[in-house]
Amino acid sequence: MKVAITSTGNTLESTIDQRFGRCAYFVVYDTANKAMEFIPNPNKDAEEGAGPASVQLIASRNVNKIVSGEFGMKIKSLLDSLKIQMIVLKEPEKSIKDIIEMLNH
Amino acid sequence: MCPRIKVLRKVLSPPIIKGFMPYGPETGKQKQDLVNLLYEEYEALRLNDYDLLNHHQASAMMGVSRPTFTRIYASALQKIAKAFVEGKQISIEGGKVYFDSDWYQCKKCACYFNNPEKDKSVEFCPLCGSQQVNKFDYENSHEDAPNKNCDDFCICPNCGVEQEHQHGQPCSKQICPQCESLMKRKRNINCKKNKN
Repeated sequence: MKVAITSTGNTLESTIDQRFGRCAYFVVYDTANKAMEFIPNPNKDAEEGAGPASVQLIASRNVNKIVSGEFGMKIKSLLDSLKIQMIVLKEPEKSIKDIIEMLNH
Repeated sequence: MCPRIKVLRKVLSPPIIKGFMPYGPETGKQKQDLVNLLYEEYEALRLNDYDLLNHHQASAMMGVSRPTFTRIYASALQKIAKAFVEGKQISIEGGKVYFDSDWYQCKKCACYFNNPEKDKSVEFCPLCGSQQVNKFDYENSHEDAPNKNCDDFCICPNCGVEQEHQHGQPCSKQICPQCESLMKRKRNINCKKNKN
Protein backbone atom coordinates (compact mmCIF):
# COMPACT_ATOMS: atom_id res chain seq x y z
CA MET A 1 0.00 0.00 0.00
CA LYS A 2 1.32 3.41 -0.94
CA VAL A 3 1.06 6.52 1.22
CA ALA A 4 1.83 10.06 0.08
CA ILE A 5 3.11 12.59 2.62
CA THR A 6 3.52 16.29 1.90
CA SER A 7 6.99 17.48 2.85
CA THR A 8 8.82 20.79 3.11
CA GLY A 9 12.13 19.32 1.93
CA ASN A 10 13.68 16.27 0.33
CA THR A 11 15.27 14.65 3.39
CA LEU A 12 13.91 12.41 6.10
CA GLU A 13 14.43 15.20 8.63
CA SER A 14 12.19 17.66 6.80
CA THR A 15 8.88 18.42 8.40
CA ILE A 16 5.39 17.78 7.08
CA ASP A 17 4.07 20.56 4.82
CA GLN A 18 0.80 21.96 6.11
CA ARG A 19 -0.48 22.60 2.59
CA PHE A 20 -1.38 19.93 0.10
CA GLY A 21 -1.52 21.54 -3.34
CA ARG A 22 1.46 23.85 -2.90
CA CYS A 23 3.76 21.70 -0.77
CA ALA A 24 7.44 21.56 -1.74
CA TYR A 25 7.80 17.79 -2.07
CA PHE A 26 5.64 14.69 -2.02
CA VAL A 27 7.03 11.61 -0.33
CA VAL A 28 5.53 8.42 -1.73
CA TYR A 29 6.16 5.64 0.74
CA ASP A 30 5.42 2.02 0.01
CA THR A 31 4.55 0.17 3.23
CA ALA A 32 5.07 -3.24 1.60
CA ASN A 33 8.71 -2.94 0.53
CA LYS A 34 9.54 0.20 2.58
CA ALA A 35 10.63 2.05 -0.54
CA MET A 36 10.27 5.78 -0.69
CA GLU A 37 10.44 8.35 -3.40
CA PHE A 38 10.68 12.13 -3.18
CA ILE A 39 8.80 13.94 -5.90
CA PRO A 40 9.28 17.70 -6.26
CA ASN A 41 5.90 19.38 -6.66
CA PRO A 42 5.69 21.14 -10.03
CA ASN A 43 2.63 23.08 -8.85
CA LYS A 44 4.41 24.72 -5.95
CA ASP A 45 4.09 28.25 -7.30
CA ALA A 46 0.96 27.74 -9.37
CA GLU A 47 -1.52 30.56 -9.08
CA GLU A 48 -4.60 28.48 -9.59
CA GLY A 49 -5.52 24.81 -9.69
CA ALA A 50 -2.52 23.58 -7.72
CA GLY A 51 -4.71 21.17 -5.72
CA PRO A 52 -6.35 19.26 -8.58
CA ALA A 53 -3.04 19.12 -10.48
CA SER A 54 -1.36 17.63 -7.41
CA VAL A 55 -4.17 15.11 -7.03
CA GLN A 56 -3.52 14.00 -10.60
CA LEU A 57 0.18 13.60 -9.91
CA ILE A 58 -0.50 11.58 -6.76
CA ALA A 59 -3.23 9.48 -8.35
CA SER A 60 -0.87 8.50 -11.19
CA ARG A 61 1.34 6.78 -8.57
CA ASN A 62 -1.59 4.66 -7.29
CA VAL A 63 -1.48 6.07 -3.80
CA ASN A 64 -4.13 4.91 -1.25
CA LYS A 65 -3.61 7.48 1.50
CA ILE A 66 -2.40 11.05 1.72
CA VAL A 67 -1.02 12.63 4.89
CA SER A 68 -1.07 16.43 4.95
CA GLY A 69 -1.94 19.35 7.17
CA GLU A 70 -4.88 20.63 5.23
CA PHE A 71 -6.90 19.82 2.14
CA GLY A 72 -8.65 22.43 0.04
CA MET A 73 -12.30 22.48 -0.92
CA LYS A 74 -11.74 21.35 -4.52
CA ILE A 75 -9.66 18.37 -3.45
CA LYS A 76 -12.02 16.68 -1.01
CA SER A 77 -14.61 15.74 -3.61
CA LEU A 78 -11.89 14.68 -6.06
CA LEU A 79 -10.19 12.38 -3.55
CA ASP A 80 -13.57 11.02 -2.48
CA SER A 81 -14.31 9.93 -6.03
CA LEU A 82 -10.82 8.43 -6.40
CA LYS A 83 -11.26 6.61 -3.06
CA ILE A 84 -8.05 7.99 -1.65
CA GLN A 85 -8.03 8.39 2.10
CA MET A 86 -7.17 11.80 3.52
CA ILE A 87 -5.31 12.00 6.82
CA VAL A 88 -5.10 15.46 8.35
CA LEU A 89 -2.21 15.87 10.79
CA LYS A 90 -2.07 19.32 12.35
CA GLU A 91 1.40 19.05 13.81
CA PRO A 92 3.78 21.14 11.72
CA GLU A 93 6.90 20.06 13.64
CA LYS A 94 6.50 16.33 12.86
CA SER A 95 9.24 15.10 10.54
CA ILE A 96 8.81 12.67 7.65
CA LYS A 97 10.83 10.12 9.64
CA ASP A 98 8.34 10.31 12.55
CA ILE A 99 5.40 9.86 10.25
CA ILE A 100 6.94 6.86 8.50
CA GLU A 101 7.62 5.32 11.91
CA MET A 102 3.98 5.87 12.83
CA LEU A 103 2.90 4.24 9.58
CA ASN A 104 4.98 1.17 10.37
CA HIS A 105 3.21 0.72 13.73
CA MET B 1 -21.85 35.57 -19.09
CA CYS B 2 -21.79 32.35 -17.17
CA PRO B 3 -23.78 32.02 -13.94
CA ARG B 4 -22.17 32.19 -10.53
CA ILE B 5 -20.67 28.85 -9.47
CA LYS B 6 -22.69 27.05 -6.80
CA VAL B 7 -21.02 26.67 -3.45
CA LEU B 8 -20.59 23.05 -2.34
CA ARG B 9 -23.20 22.18 0.27
CA LYS B 10 -22.10 20.18 3.28
CA VAL B 11 -24.31 17.20 4.06
CA LEU B 12 -23.74 15.37 7.33
CA SER B 13 -24.52 11.91 6.03
CA PRO B 14 -26.43 10.46 3.11
CA PRO B 15 -30.05 9.49 3.90
CA ILE B 16 -30.62 5.87 4.96
CA ILE B 17 -33.17 5.35 2.18
CA LYS B 18 -33.06 6.01 -1.52
CA GLY B 19 -36.60 7.34 -1.85
CA PHE B 20 -40.33 6.77 -1.32
CA MET B 21 -42.99 4.88 -3.29
CA PRO B 22 -46.69 5.76 -3.22
CA TYR B 23 -49.23 2.98 -2.71
CA GLY B 24 -53.00 2.67 -3.34
CA PRO B 25 -55.28 1.94 -6.30
CA GLU B 26 -54.46 5.14 -8.17
CA THR B 27 -50.75 4.53 -8.26
CA GLY B 28 -49.30 3.18 -11.42
CA LYS B 29 -52.09 4.56 -13.62
CA GLN B 30 -50.21 7.65 -14.51
CA LYS B 31 -46.93 7.77 -16.26
CA GLN B 32 -44.30 6.63 -13.84
CA ASP B 33 -42.04 9.61 -13.54
CA LEU B 34 -40.47 10.50 -10.26
CA VAL B 35 -39.62 13.59 -8.30
CA ASN B 36 -35.92 13.95 -7.71
CA LEU B 37 -35.16 15.32 -4.27
CA LEU B 38 -31.53 16.43 -4.09
CA TYR B 39 -29.27 15.50 -1.17
CA GLU B 40 -28.96 19.15 -0.19
CA GLU B 41 -32.76 19.46 -0.07
CA TYR B 42 -33.01 16.36 2.09
CA GLU B 43 -30.37 17.82 4.38
CA ALA B 44 -32.19 21.18 4.57
CA LEU B 45 -35.40 19.42 5.56
CA ARG B 46 -33.61 17.29 8.12
CA LEU B 47 -31.83 20.23 9.76
CA ASN B 48 -34.88 22.47 9.81
CA ASP B 49 -37.73 20.11 10.64
CA TYR B 50 -36.07 17.11 12.25
CA ASP B 51 -33.24 18.73 14.18
CA LEU B 52 -35.40 21.86 14.66
CA LEU B 53 -32.65 24.34 13.85
CA ASN B 54 -33.47 27.75 12.47
CA HIS B 55 -32.43 28.72 8.95
CA HIS B 56 -29.48 30.69 10.26
CA GLN B 57 -27.95 27.82 12.23
CA ALA B 58 -28.76 25.31 9.52
CA SER B 59 -27.11 27.45 6.84
CA ALA B 60 -23.91 27.52 8.90
CA MET B 61 -24.02 23.72 9.20
CA MET B 62 -24.33 23.35 5.45
CA GLY B 63 -21.75 26.01 4.65
CA VAL B 64 -24.07 28.22 2.61
CA SER B 65 -25.63 31.61 3.22
CA ARG B 66 -28.97 31.95 4.98
CA PRO B 67 -30.87 33.05 1.81
CA THR B 68 -29.40 30.11 -0.10
CA PHE B 69 -30.51 27.74 2.63
CA THR B 70 -34.03 29.17 2.53
CA ARG B 71 -34.14 28.64 -1.23
CA ILE B 72 -32.97 25.04 -0.91
CA TYR B 73 -35.56 24.43 1.81
CA ALA B 74 -38.37 26.00 -0.22
CA SER B 75 -37.46 23.85 -3.19
CA ALA B 76 -37.48 20.74 -0.98
CA LEU B 77 -41.01 21.49 0.29
CA GLN B 78 -42.22 22.20 -3.24
CA LYS B 79 -40.92 18.90 -4.53
CA ILE B 80 -42.37 16.89 -1.64
CA ALA B 81 -45.74 18.62 -2.07
CA LYS B 82 -45.67 17.83 -5.77
CA ALA B 83 -44.94 14.18 -5.10
CA PHE B 84 -47.73 13.94 -2.50
CA VAL B 85 -50.39 15.66 -4.60
CA GLU B 86 -49.58 13.97 -7.88
CA GLY B 87 -48.85 10.60 -6.31
CA LYS B 88 -45.32 10.39 -7.60
CA GLN B 89 -42.29 8.54 -6.37
CA ILE B 90 -39.56 10.47 -4.62
CA SER B 91 -35.99 9.52 -5.31
CA ILE B 92 -33.29 11.12 -3.21
CA GLU B 93 -30.10 11.58 -5.18
CA GLY B 94 -27.78 14.10 -6.78
CA GLY B 95 -27.00 17.68 -5.89
CA LYS B 96 -23.82 19.63 -5.39
CA VAL B 97 -22.80 18.25 -2.03
CA TYR B 98 -20.00 16.64 -0.09
CA PHE B 99 -20.45 14.42 2.92
CA ASP B 100 -19.06 15.27 6.26
CA SER B 101 -20.03 12.24 8.31
CA ASP B 102 -17.11 10.05 7.45
CA TRP B 103 -14.44 11.99 9.29
CA TYR B 104 -12.77 10.38 12.26
CA GLN B 105 -10.32 11.51 14.85
CA CYS B 106 -7.52 9.52 16.44
CA LYS B 107 -6.94 10.27 20.11
CA LYS B 108 -3.39 8.96 20.15
CA CYS B 109 -1.77 10.90 17.31
CA ALA B 110 -4.39 13.68 17.08
CA CYS B 111 -4.92 13.25 13.37
CA TYR B 112 -8.15 13.43 11.42
CA PHE B 113 -8.96 11.06 8.59
CA ASN B 114 -11.86 10.16 6.38
CA ASN B 115 -13.18 6.81 5.27
CA PRO B 116 -13.44 6.48 1.51
CA GLU B 117 -14.87 2.95 1.74
CA LYS B 118 -18.29 3.76 3.14
CA ASP B 119 -19.39 0.14 3.60
CA LYS B 120 -16.47 -0.73 5.89
CA SER B 121 -16.34 0.57 9.42
CA VAL B 122 -13.24 2.21 10.84
CA GLU B 123 -11.50 0.48 13.71
CA PHE B 124 -7.85 1.46 13.44
CA CYS B 125 -6.12 4.76 12.89
CA PRO B 126 -4.51 4.59 9.44
CA LEU B 127 -1.49 6.49 10.72
CA CYS B 128 -0.48 5.06 14.07
CA GLY B 129 -2.72 1.99 14.15
CA SER B 130 -4.23 2.71 17.54
CA GLN B 131 -7.81 1.72 18.24
CA GLN B 132 -8.73 5.01 19.93
CA VAL B 133 -10.64 6.41 17.00
CA ASN B 134 -13.73 8.53 17.39
CA LYS B 135 -16.20 9.90 14.98
CA PHE B 136 -15.33 13.54 14.34
CA ASP B 137 -17.83 15.66 16.22
CA TYR B 138 -18.85 18.59 14.09
CA GLU B 139 -20.87 20.22 16.89
CA ASN B 140 -17.83 20.91 19.04
CA SER B 141 -15.55 22.18 16.31
CA HIS B 142 -17.29 24.89 14.41
CA GLU B 143 -13.99 26.04 12.99
CA ASP B 144 -14.98 26.11 9.39
CA ALA B 145 -18.50 27.44 9.72
CA PRO B 146 -18.38 30.35 7.31
CA ASN B 147 -20.68 32.65 9.22
CA LYS B 148 -18.69 32.44 12.41
CA ASN B 149 -16.04 35.06 11.73
CA CYS B 150 -18.10 37.99 12.88
CA ASP B 151 -15.87 39.89 15.28
CA ASP B 152 -18.71 41.69 16.95
CA PHE B 153 -19.30 41.96 20.66
CA CYS B 154 -22.28 41.89 22.94
CA ILE B 155 -22.23 44.71 25.45
CA CYS B 156 -24.13 45.12 28.70
CA PRO B 157 -25.92 48.48 28.70
CA ASN B 158 -25.94 48.47 32.47
CA CYS B 159 -22.31 47.90 33.47
CA GLY B 160 -20.50 47.96 30.13
CA VAL B 161 -19.13 44.40 30.21
CA GLU B 162 -18.30 43.08 26.74
CA GLN B 163 -18.22 39.53 25.53
CA GLU B 164 -17.69 38.04 22.11
CA HIS B 165 -20.89 37.68 20.10
CA GLN B 166 -21.85 34.07 19.45
CA HIS B 167 -23.13 33.52 15.96
CA GLY B 168 -26.77 32.49 15.87
CA GLN B 169 -27.44 33.51 19.44
CA PRO B 170 -29.20 36.85 19.78
CA CYS B 171 -27.53 39.30 22.15
CA SER B 172 -30.88 40.28 23.59
CA LYS B 173 -31.17 36.79 25.07
CA GLN B 174 -27.67 36.79 26.58
CA ILE B 175 -27.36 37.56 30.25
CA CYS B 176 -24.54 39.74 31.53
CA PRO B 177 -22.17 37.62 33.70
CA GLN B 178 -21.74 40.47 36.21
CA CYS B 179 -25.02 42.28 36.75
CA GLU B 180 -27.36 39.72 35.17
CA SER B 181 -29.18 42.19 32.93
CA LEU B 182 -29.83 41.55 29.23
CA MET B 183 -27.05 42.26 26.75
CA LYS B 184 -27.12 44.37 23.57
CA ARG B 185 -25.17 44.25 20.33
CA LYS B 186 -22.20 46.60 20.22
CA ARG B 187 -22.34 46.93 16.39
CA ASN B 188 -18.73 46.82 15.45
CA ILE B 189 -18.14 48.54 12.10
CA ASN B 190 -15.54 45.95 11.16
CA CYS B 191 -18.06 43.13 11.39
CA LYS B 192 -17.45 41.10 8.26
CA LYS B 193 -20.34 40.45 5.95
CA ASN B 194 -21.13 36.77 5.50
CA LYS B 195 -19.37 35.50 2.46
CA ASN B 196 -20.86 32.87 0.22
